[in-house]
Amino acid sequence: MTIARFWRETPQRYNLGASRCSSCGSAFFPPRVVCPVCPEHRRSLGKMEPLQLSGEGEVYSFTVVHDPAEGFEMQVPYVLALVKTREGPILTGQVVDVSPGDVHVGLRVQATFRKLREEGKSGVIHYGYKFAVAREEVREPVAPEGESVPEPRAEGPRPART
Amino acid sequence: MSEEPVGIVSYGAYVPRYRIAPAEIGVVWGTDGEAMGKGLGVFRKSVPAPDEDTITISTEALRQALARGRISPQSIGALYVGSESHPYAVKPTATVVAQAVGATPYLTAADFEFACKAGTAAIQTCMGLVKSRMITYGVAIGSDTSQGAPGDALEYSASAGGAAFIIGRERLLAEINATESFTTDTPDFWRREGQRYPSHGGRFTGEPAFFRHVGECGRRMMERMETSPKDYRHVVFHQPNGKFPQRMGKTMGFTEEQMRYGLVTPYLGNTYSGAALLGLANVLDHADPGDRILVVGYGSGAGSDAFDLTVTDRIHQFDRQGPRIQEFLDGGVPLSYAIYAKFRGKIHLGGS
Repeated sequence: MTIARFWRETPQRYNLGASRCSSCGSAFFPPRVVCPVCPEHRRSLGKMEPLQLSGEGEVYSFTVVHDPAEGFEMQVPYVLALVKTREGPILTGQVVDVSPGDVHVGLRVQATFRKLREEGKSGVIHYGYKFAVAREEVREPVAPEGESVPEPRAEGPRPART
Repeated sequence: MSEEPVGIVSYGAYVPRYRIAPAEIGVVWGTDGEAMGKGLGVFRKSVPAPDEDTITISTEALRQALARGRISPQSIGALYVGSESHPYAVKPTATVVAQAVGATPYLTAADFEFACKAGTAAIQTCMGLVKSRMITYGVAIGSDTSQGAPGDALEYSASAGGAAFIIGRERLLAEINATESFTTDTPDFWRREGQRYPSHGGRFTGEPAFFRHVGECGRRMMERMETSPKDYRHVVFHQPNGKFPQRMGKTMGFTEEQMRYGLVTPYLGNTYSGAALLGLANVLDHADPGDRILVVGYGSGAGSDAFDLTVTDRIHQFDRQGPRIQEFLDGGVPLSYAIYAKFRGKIHLGGS
């Protein structure tokens, strides 16, 4: 991807910049200048408003990638999902920090800011949105029984739970 | 004091999800990793995912700070990111972070580097800009994804994480009463241009470096404020491991209770520029109005920055949305060394 093309897409990739039709209320990502939903498309000209998506959504469908795209070798296996956002548009993105087996349709996710890819070792680094499991869905003990992480409470001052 | 106050308006933090234990690292190098961890006072350290770096950590921390403080990103006048692991040698971390939170284009931004104290240096710079009314809000971030060379003692502690502080004049959670610094040319830890891993002077990093600078700076701060350790409810030191700050605190006359919330390295590892700031964030997570806090950061090379703070009544109204530091201390997913090596780029594909 050229530098200029990615740079033009920064508002969408960094901040989920979308648009909403002020006539019918439909939201679009990436943003559109004409509403394809309104029967008379031309009436929406000049009525499309900028909208920043909240980043909240749920997994609409997903796949687990074992044969990675170039640059994603270190992340295999990784989850690529269609995420239906709260505002309506469906986005394609990775779901990160999750075991593929824990992903299911309907899983609530939240957009997070991650490195998307690097143009080799000396090129530009591209950043943008991915999705992480929403906080209310996370249930993880740090050291499940049998894991190698030692129980820290025996040593040193321990911050109390709130 | 008739001077206009300056202080912390909001704060946020981010620590990657993965953890590795010293015992797991020790197995690979044929050493007693558990004993190494106990010696360092580090029980686990955070590990960034392959798609995380100082830019992503800083962005997540600042997004949380902005949401908690209900601050418009467009009102940020200055944004500084302190780190020793900026992803680019030339191209600012701060510009990406500013764009990602919606703060561009009308602000000044720059990257700071002073080993582990670049974040506290950024707070001091923001204080000056805010007090002189050049800006309304300044953002100071301390964030790192530092690495130790495989098998080196640093590998048992070097971790990833960061915290963002929004500095302003009004709606303060904590007023910064004063700041003090102590700086010398002391070569205890460094990384030359183009080198992947840092080098250090072993035991030289202790007495002439960490202990001298933190001790002198902290004592000078208390002399200036005419305070003694008993005047502070909480104290936060830079924490390259769990042992140095505890020894420093004991030497200066602080109790374990005063250090309780400010010490997070045993459960996160050394987050370098993020270390003292994550400790301060944890203190603020637990603070009550009127609490006096002493923070003394440290950066190799070497220097210390100290801050004397007083928590305000607003702390009880502060909306601490998103994860608190305690969740990072308790949470996380343990990794094997193999996955850790893969995540940290220690495995080279195709011989490259």
